[in-house]
Amino acid sequence: MNLMMLLEMASSGFGDRTAVGSHGRGLTYEQLFQRSGAAAAHFREAGIDRVSMVDVSSEALPIALFGSAWAGVPFVPLNYRLTVPELRLLASEVAPSVTVCNDDALAAIEDLDGVRAVVRPDFLTQWAEGSTPDSDWNVDPDEIAILLYTSGTTGAPKAAVLRHKHLVSYIIGSVEFMGAAEDEATLVSVPPYHVAGMAAILSAVYAGRRIVQLPNFDAAAWVNLVRAEGVTHAMVVPTMLARIVDHLEDVGGGLPSLRALSYGGGKMPAPVIARALDELPETNFVNAYGLTETSSTVAVLGPEEHREAHRSDDPAVRARLGSAGQPLPAIEVDIRDEEGNPVPNGTSGEIWVRGEQVSGEYLGRNSRVTTDGWFPTNDGGSLDTDGYLYVEGRIDDIIVRGGENISPGEIEDVLLSHQSIADAAAIGVPDEQWGEAVAAVVVPAKGQTVDIAELQEFVKAQMRSSRTPDRIEVRDELPYNETGKLLRRVLRDDLAGSR
Amino acid sequence: MDLKPGSRLKSSVCNTELIVVKAPSGNMDITCGGAPMADPAEAEQNGEVAADAAEGTALGKRYVNENESLEVLCTKPGDGSLALGGTPLGLKEAKPLPASD
Repeated sequence: MNLMMLLEMASSGFGDRTAVGSHGRGLTYEQLFQRSGAAAAHFREAGIDRVSMVDVSSEALPIALFGSAWAGVPFVPLNYRLTVPELRLLASEVAPSVTVCNDDALAAIEDLDGVRAVVRPDFLTQWAEGSTPDSDWNVDPDEIAILLYTSGTTGAPKAAVLRHKHLVSYIIGSVEFMGAAEDEATLVSVPPYHVAGMAAILSAVYAGRRIVQLPNFDAAAWVNLVRAEGVTHAMVVPTMLARIVDHLEDVGGGLPSLRALSYGGGKMPAPVIARALDELPETNFVNAYGLTETSSTVAVLGPEEHREAHRSDDPAVRARLGSAGQPLPAIEVDIRDEEGNPVPNGTSGEIWVRGEQVSGEYLGRNSRVTTDGWFPTNDGGSLDTDGYLYVEGRIDDIIVRGGENISPGEIEDVLLSHQSIADAAAIGVPDEQWGEAVAAVVVPAKGQTVDIAELQEFVKAQMRSSRTPDRIEVRDELPYNETGKLLRRVLRDDLAGSR
Repeated sequence: MDLKPGSRLKSSVCNTELIVVKAPSGNMDITCGGAPMADPAEAEQNGEVAADAAEGTALGKRYVNENESLEVLCTKPGDGSLALGGTPLGLKEAKPLPASD
């Protein structure tokens, strides 16, 4: 198994379709195959161990990804927003490498030992041109395809290992070969160093769906690109969707070409998805839950389930909008307690997953996967009697107040259901009496002011008093990273400092 | 021959190539065009597609045995059709999943 198999199939099955870029002007699958081969020949000649990229999305990205797969070395997309010292640290760790980069990164890393830095224009004209290698790619399924460094900024850098077998299994198990109609196009706006950015390329190539790339997300640019390119499919993180909906509410006109919009990568606030469903009545919504260590998606909530929940007055059916849906056919999901024993439906615990696409492995560390193939995700959650998965967030974020485990997600859901609140986060703060106390940071909805005492009463009326935030702070916005993850650590520091 | 996920197979009588998606343990007598399949590195082209096994394979399609314990993906199409222990493999009905990334 090798990622190149996916591209080779695409190239022989529909080689003259446009793979990346504008219809008729971008690269076809056959050209992508040729250029990846040319890059692979240069990579092999350079005698390096990895191919890295420090740049926004462009056609160089799939060429470098497939080229490294053909050459037999891991592809390592790095965050182009890292500081110079952070970038130098990672680039040194990845060496000996060829690193395709932007001008800023070139200046930051070109003096490092073992790093051959190449700016994108040179990569495209010099490395991605020429003849393909004399020999085929390695077909050992255990070879490493992609290394993805975690977004954490403390401690030693940690790289998730995705082998060819994980990614190929994921694609074969979840995407129908040539399943896309010829007019379909997918807009990729997540960065290359996010697992969804990698999975988007592989899924689109195998389905035969043209890739349109947005290098830096901006709601107006995203909407304009959907309209200009006739985009039919897209994936966004929750913060992106919130901004897109705001923008659409301002400018109007909807997105008639957009057939399917999937979202994931963080918790979706219920009001945002409800507004999106109203604003885009013809679009099919898909909620995808997955992790880097599981080669992207493991569970999906499909379009029909979205509309059914949105229309329903039954709270149980409506609650499904907050669900991650059901596991993919090739994935098993279990909810287990702290000892690793399964818990009954409806009970919260840790989400465990099993399947060929699950890696659960970090470079140079012991795998967290059990001998029988189960991976504890460190995400809390529960399954209902119909097999719908509810994700409650990282177990590390659980608030322990006087021995009681409190999931921030359930408090946030209640806060978000109040008409004055646009966004909310619940966190644990140190407390002498309880060990941890519940604190909340909220963002007012447009034109609303927050009455803190009234909001506390509102939560108390719906939850036990132990779950009512003792302290509520109001802010203009919550801190998210660029891929939509709420930075709870920043909030904890903020609250500790403002006491 | 023993098959495991990721194993590749080539027909000896047509252009068909497969990759094994899943397989039970034990000896698997898998044929294409009526002739045994082999590792692509060792496969030799000789003979012709048998008349009763000539429906062909299609690129990107998945084929399974009756209880779906064996599943293979066609990575290169050819004129022969597939069988396990003499019983033809069937086309796996693709359950469409919504695009998620």
